[in-house]
Amino acid sequence: MNLAYYDIRHNMGRFLLTCLGLGLLLGVVLSMIGIYRGLVADALTISRTPAADIWVVESGSRGPFAESSRIPGDTREAIARIHGVTEAGSITYQSLETTYKAKKLRLYVVGYEPGRLGGPDKIVKGRAITRSHYEVIADRRTNLPIGEQLVLGRNTFTVVGLTDGQVSSGGDPVIYITLLDSQELQFELAPSAARREIARGNAQKSADLDTVNAVVARLTPQINPTIAAKAIQSWKHLAAMTQQEQENILLRSVVERARKQIGLFTVLLLIVSTVIIALIIYTMTMDKIREIATLKLIGAPDRTIIGLIVQQALAMGMIGFCFGALLIINIQDFFPRRVLLQAEDGLALAGVVMLVCVLASALGVRLALKVDPATALGG
Amino acid sequence: MSDDVQPDVLVKLKNVSKHFGEGDARVDALRDVSIDVYPGQVIGLLGPSGSGKSTLLNVIGCILEPSSGWVSLDGEVVYDGHWLRPDLRKLRLEKIGFIFQSHNLIPFLDCTDNVAIVLNLAGFSSMKAKARAIELLEYLEVDQRRHAFPAQLSGGEAQRVAIARALANRPRIILADEPTAALDSVRAGIVMDLLRKVAAEQQAAILAVTHDEKIYDRFDHIFYLRDGRLETQKN
Repeated sequence: MNLAYYDIRHNMGRFLLTCLGLGLLLGVVLSMIGIYRGLVADALTISRTPAADIWVVESGSRGPFAESSRIPGDTREAIARIHGVTEAGSITYQSLETTYKAKKLRLYVVGYEPGRLGGPDKIVKGRAITRSHYEVIADRRTNLPIGEQLVLGRNTFTVVGLTDGQVSSGGDPVIYITLLDSQELQFELAPSAARREIARGNAQKSADLDTVNAVVARLTPQINPTIAAKAIQSWKHLAAMTQQEQENILLRSVVERARKQIGLFTVLLLIVSTVIIALIIYTMTMDKIREIATLKLIGAPDRTIIGLIVQQALAMGMIGFCFGALLIINIQDFFPRRVLLQAEDGLALAGVVMLVCVLASALGVRLALKVDPATALGG
Repeated sequence: MSDDVQPDVLVKLKNVSKHFGEGDARVDALRDVSIDVYPGQVIGLLGPSGSGKSTLLNVIGCILEPSSGWVSLDGEVVYDGHWLRPDLRKLRLEKIGFIFQSHNLIPFLDCTDNVAIVLNLAGFSSMKAKARAIELLEYLEVDQRRHAFPAQLSGGEAQRVAIARALANRPRIILADEPTAALDSVRAGIVMDLLRKVAAEQQAAILAVTHDEKIYDRFDHIFYLRDGRLETQKN
C-alpha cells in the first residue's frame, strides 16, 4: 500500500496547488538557465556565423567584438594569398538605432562582401544580396518583412532575405548589408562635418572609407590555425586570433559579468527553492504527526514512514518541475532575449530537483522519526 | 523468570514500576504493579487522572519502557529488566491491537484501507488484506461504509472501523484508551458489547482505560489505580 499515493489522491487539490507554486519557482530557475544559455549562444552566434578559422584585426586590439578594430580594406587580399588560406572576407560590425513604423529599432549591422566569407550562413526566406547597394538581409527578430523599406543613415534599403536566430551579444537582431554600404554607413562623415573638413583642407577621400573591422579566413584542414595566426602577427600592423580565441574573448570579456550574474542568481534561486521545498515538506509532515504516531503504534516500520514523506517530496518535485518546464517551454518566445532551453539542462535540473527534494525531506523525516507513538494515545 | 510464563495468561506483569525524573523531581507513575489477564477477559483500568492508567497501558503496549519488573505478553517474556525484543513495533504488530479515544483512523485512507493497512504491514498481499478487511467490516456491521473516508463517518461508525483495524491481524491482546469517551451512552454500550463479543469469540484479552461509569458493568474485572499502585481488583 503506497501511503504517499493515497495521501496525495485524498488531498489532490491542495497538493496540485502546492506543485503549481513550486512549478512557478522551478520555471523561473529553468528560465534563468535558459537566459544564461541564451546569453552565451547569442554572444557566440555572430562570431560563429562566418565559420572562420582565423580572425585578423588591428594590431594590439582584441576586436572586433571586445574592442574596436580598424584595418585597411586591402588586408583581405593579403590574407587570401597566405599559404593554406582557402577563403577570406572583410567584415564590419556596428550597432545602430533606426526608426521603423514610428518605433525605435536597435540593430547590429554586419557589412560583408557578397560571395565571400562573412555573410549570413543560412537565409530562411527570400534571397541573398545580389546588388552592390541598398539591399539588406534581416533577422526575423527585426519583424521586417521581405520587400520592406528601411532607412539606414542617409539611404533607404530594401529587405530581400531573412535569417533566423542571428543576434548580437547584446541581443540586438542582426542585419547584413554589403561592405560598401556598411563602410559608407560607418565611416562616411555627415554632410555638415564633410563640408567643415573640406574647408579645413582635409577632404575625405574614398580611400579613407576603405577600412574594415576585421578579416575572417578559412584554412585548409592541414593548416594549424594557431601557427597561421602567429604567421599573420609577424606583420606588425595586424593581430590575429583563432576562432577559439575569439570565442574565449567573447565569453570572458564581453558577457562575463552578465554570465556570472545570471549564474549566481540561478544558484541563489536553487537555494531558495531548496528552502521552500524543505518548509513545504516539513509543514506537510507536521500536519500528519498524529497519523505518523498512529502508524508507528500499529507497527509501521520507519521505512514506511520515510517512504511516505520522501515519495511525496519526490512527487511534488517531479510534478512541480513538469509544471515549470511546460510553462517556460510555452512562453519562452515572449522573452525579450533568447531563452535557450536545452534537453541536458532540463534533465540536469530535474536531477537537481530530485536531489533537493530528498535533501529537503530530511527535515520532515527527522521530525517524523522523532514522533512518539504514545502521541496517538492522546498523552 | 521465564519459568513464570503461563501459556494461559495473555498479559502478565510482575512488580512493574515506572518512574519519571530523578531526585526531587522523581515521579513514580507505577509502583510494583502485578496483574494477570486471561483470554476472553475484558478488563477495565480505572483511576483518577495521574494515577498511572495511561502509563500502564503504554507499558503493556510496549510503548514505554518500565523502570523495573517483568512483563510477558501472549506467552512471550518481552521485558525482564530490559526489552527482550529489538523491534517493538513488530511485536505490537504481531500481538497487540489498539483502539483509541478519537479512533485515530488515517484520514486519507477509506475504511477498507484503514483496516487493510495493518495486514499490509504484516506482509499480506493487497488482495488478501482487502478481503480480510471487508470480512471484518461485515463482522462489525459497518461494511456498507467501506468506501467512506473517516471524515464521512459518525463517531460510532468510526469506532467500529477502529475496532476492525485493531482486530485485523488477529491480536490476542487489545488495548483501548477511552474507547467510549466520544460516544453517547447508547453507542458506548454497543461498542462495549462488541468488544465483549470479540473477546469471547476470539479468546482475546481486552484492557480498556476509562472514566466512563456507564460501562463499568461491561467489564469482567476492574483494576483500580491510585498514585501508581494497584489498589483493588474488582470482579
